[in-house]
Amino acid sequence: MIRTVVVGCWLALTAACGEAGPARDVSSMAPSPLKSGYEFLTPETQALQTDAFANPGFLWVDRGAVLFADAREGSPACASCHEANGEALQGVAAHYPAVDETSGRLLNLEGRINTCRERHQKRDRLDYESDDLLALTAYVAGLSRGAPIAASVGGPAAKYAERGRDYFYTRRGQFNISCNQCHNDYWGQKLRGDTISQGHGNGFPAYRLEWQSIGSLHRRFRDCDAGVRAEPLEYGSDTYVALELYLASRAEGLLIETPAVRR
Amino acid sequence: MARIRIAAPDTAEPGEIIELKALIQHPMESGFRRGSRGEVIPRDIITTFECLYDGEVVFEAEFFPAVSANPFLTFHTKATQTGTLEFRWTHQDGEIWSQTHALTVG
Repeated sequence: MIRTVVVGCWLALTAACGEAGPARDVSSMAPSPLKSGYEFLTPETQALQTDAFANPGFLWVDRGAVLFADAREGSPACASCHEANGEALQGVAAHYPAVDETSGRLLNLEGRINTCRERHQKRDRLDYESDDLLALTAYVAGLSRGAPIAASVGGPAAKYAERGRDYFYTRRGQFNISCNQCHNDYWGQKLRGDTISQGHGNGFPAYRLEWQSIGSLHRRFRDCDAGVRAEPLEYGSDTYVALELYLASRAEGLLIETPAVRR
Repeated sequence: MARIRIAAPDTAEPGEIIELKALIQHPMESGFRRGSRGEVIPRDIITTFECLYDGEVVFEAEFFPAVSANPFLTFHTKATQTGTLEFRWTHQDGEIWSQTHALTVG
């Protein structure tokens, strides 16, 4: 009789452990309420972002508009398919990163632009973080300015979102801390002289005052990784693209601000 | 090729004070920074900016290494006659970038 009771308890215990395992619900851990990085800026920097003339990010958007219309012999311009002024692409960036149906790979906006160049324009890929790729990405993302983020994390994208979430919650580097510890647990508090943001990517490519230039979200990831003394991943790496997708799902509903100005 | 953004009115009343804005893309490398291998990154800056109204200088500025990248200026002038506004940046090595804007007065 006693033995039966003991076995029963043991079974109950293992069942409880199984439930508390990796299947925990992380969506409830996203910051609430959602706050864009814009809300952590000084009023002067906010004014710089809002002023469509003074915002230096528009130097790249202007360049992107020129590249978008660049048709060559035997190679159509982006505008040949996506309509002049990119009207067909309005709001599209809010759904990225997205899985490419042909290759099954997860592509962010940079990856999509380079895939389009290879497949449809028969041109070479642009280097990640090159001025031209930043300009085109800023232009295309800028077409969705004001659209709410709505990336799909179901179906074929689910495994990528999972991978991105794992990166977000994994401790790393000499400091041994995860993205989650700053951007979920301590946002709004001070780290050195700065206020910690919630870590959303809704303004990227963004003009960062620290860089004195526009830069991609992956450049920002690399800065964060270096900040916790971890080895940054390569630009355009699959893990960073997956992280981008997880961040998009975490920021669902925030408005796209590209080109944003950040500290 | 430097990218330039100009904001200026197309028309103005005689005697009106008009606001002009000029933004140019430039790294404004100070010459004091070092690269990842410890090598000095050479100075690369714009040294002067001028705004000419029908050939006459109405505003000028000297830039130094402490000016940030992509310098942005806002200034004012009095609209007197219909003419051309020329915005001109001169690099330390003498290269000049400029853009013009037509202003109609009256």
